Amino acid sequence: MAGEARSEEAGLVFHPMDQFIVKPFFGDGAVSWYTITNSTVWMALAVLAVFALLVLGTSKRAVIPTRMQSVAELAYGFIYKMVEDICGKDGVKYFPYIMTLFMFIVFANFLGLLPTAFTPTAHIAVTAVMAFAVFFGVTILGFVKNGPSFLGLFWVNSAPLALRPVLALIELISYFVRPVSHSIRLAGNMMAGHAVIKVFAGFAAITAIAPFSVLAITAMYGLEMLVSFIQAYVFAILTCVYLKDALHPHH
Amino acid sequence: MEGELAQMGQYIGAGLTAFGMGGAAIGVGNVAGNYLAGALRNPSAAAGQTATLFIGIAFAEALGIFSFLVALLLMFAV
Amino acid sequence: MATEPINTELAGTCVNEFGSAIGMPQLCGEWFGNQIFWLVVALVAIYFILSRVALPRIGSVLAERQGTITNDIAAAEDLKVKATQAEAAYDKALVDARAEAQRIVAAAKADIQADLDKAIAKADAEIAAKSAESEKAISEIRAGALQNVEEVAKDTALAIVEAMGSTADAKSVASAVDAQMKG
Repeated sequence: MAGEARSEEAGLVFHPMDQFIVKPFFGDGAVSWYTITNSTVWMALAVLAVFALLVLGTSKRAVIPTRMQSVAELAYGFIYKMVEDICGKDGVKYFPYIMTLFMFIVFANFLGLLPTAFTPTAHIAVTAVMAFAVFFGVTILGFVKNGPSFLGLFWVNSAPLALRPVLALIELISYFVRPVSHSIRLAGNMMAGHAVIKVFAGFAAITAIAPFSVLAITAMYGLEMLVSFIQAYVFAILTCVYLKDALHPHH
Repeated sequence: MEGELAQMGQYIGAGLTAFGMGGAAIGVGNVAGNYLAGALRNPSAAAGQTATLFIGIAFAEALGIFSFLVALLLMFAV
Repeated sequence: MATEPINTELAGTCVNEFGSAIGMPQLCGEWFGNQIFWLVVALVAIYFILSRVALPRIGSVLAERQGTITNDIAAAEDLKVKATQAEAAYDKALVDARAEAQRIVAAAKADIQADLDKAIAKADAEIAAKSAESEKAISEIRAGALQNVEEVAKDTALAIVEAMGSTADAKSVASAVDAQMKG
């Protein structure tokens, strides 16, 4: 399959997917569940960055904020307002969870944009864990809060009676597709951007094309900055929307 | 021979799935364009609908990402 | 697939002997456990950082700032009310002062008028006195002049009578002149 096209003797060497290989950070060997891998290191850096921004940046508790503190306050206000607007007042107590997801994703995405960095969020295993955590959490929360009436989410009362079973089926399918699209959207966006940049970088080996290639990489990089933020935002906002469905299942 | 045929099929399939991304592009363009048109008609209501805009874009884009994923799977995983 | 190098298995099921990925690294089952474990660790760490330290702190800072802003606005409102009151007091003082000034002006005018009237009356009285005195002097002068005329007439008549050669006593001449002058 694709392995031949990427063999060493070919003029153009594309390894667009090699950047996603998980390998031990210290030395070589097999990757077992506790091994500190490159993925682990970049997740840890994301945690450190969150810590630096939200804890060290606000350590002065200044009424007139410093630059770092106002960025931290901006992030806080941004997510807080989003949760409040979408989920309502009773959704505010789930704000720390959504903030956790948002901060982790946004820092993992942006740190992944550094050259030679590894992007944990480009892996479906990572995003799927978060998406399924949201899915199961929201579903369980919905049943705990509303009891069986949570199933009213699938029974669209505003539709004609004959259509309701069909709509219920569609709603049910779309409900179970949620975690899949939720996770694949983030991982796919991250992977696509990095792979495309890598492909353009492979073109840079040809002297005649190199300037265009560099230009294209620059443009893609700018786009990826945007995508990194927007995908984190979309992940958080969809989490809020799912949470709203669990808290207020009746349309 | 049989392997080559299968490989050919993979590549053709991967290329065809790229059309799916074009569909997603049209969808995202529709969402954003209609949002802009609405926002220009009633700018005061625009700010409250940015969340809806992004949700709509996310849903439209998800399907394009699915086709991209299928293309990648065909290229690398099958 | 059949075309993969034989020694792929030495490097692992996901990476070939050149260090390149076989298929999508994202779908390599060997790495799932590691990624999921460390992801959970990272998320739990972030959750505790946020919920224990960062979010309460930022929330309190924002609340404090909101409180400060509210207080400042209240203080500004207070000051504004005070300023309005001060302005009202100032206006009132201005109106009072104006009224006072008018009153003083009126009083001064009245005083001056009274003084003036008094002065005019005094002057009138003096003028009247002076003119009465003058009147008296004039009448005295006139009386003096009449007597002189009488004496001159008597003397002249006596001299005329003597010149005409007759003797006349002064008494009859004088009565004749008197009669003539009264005539």
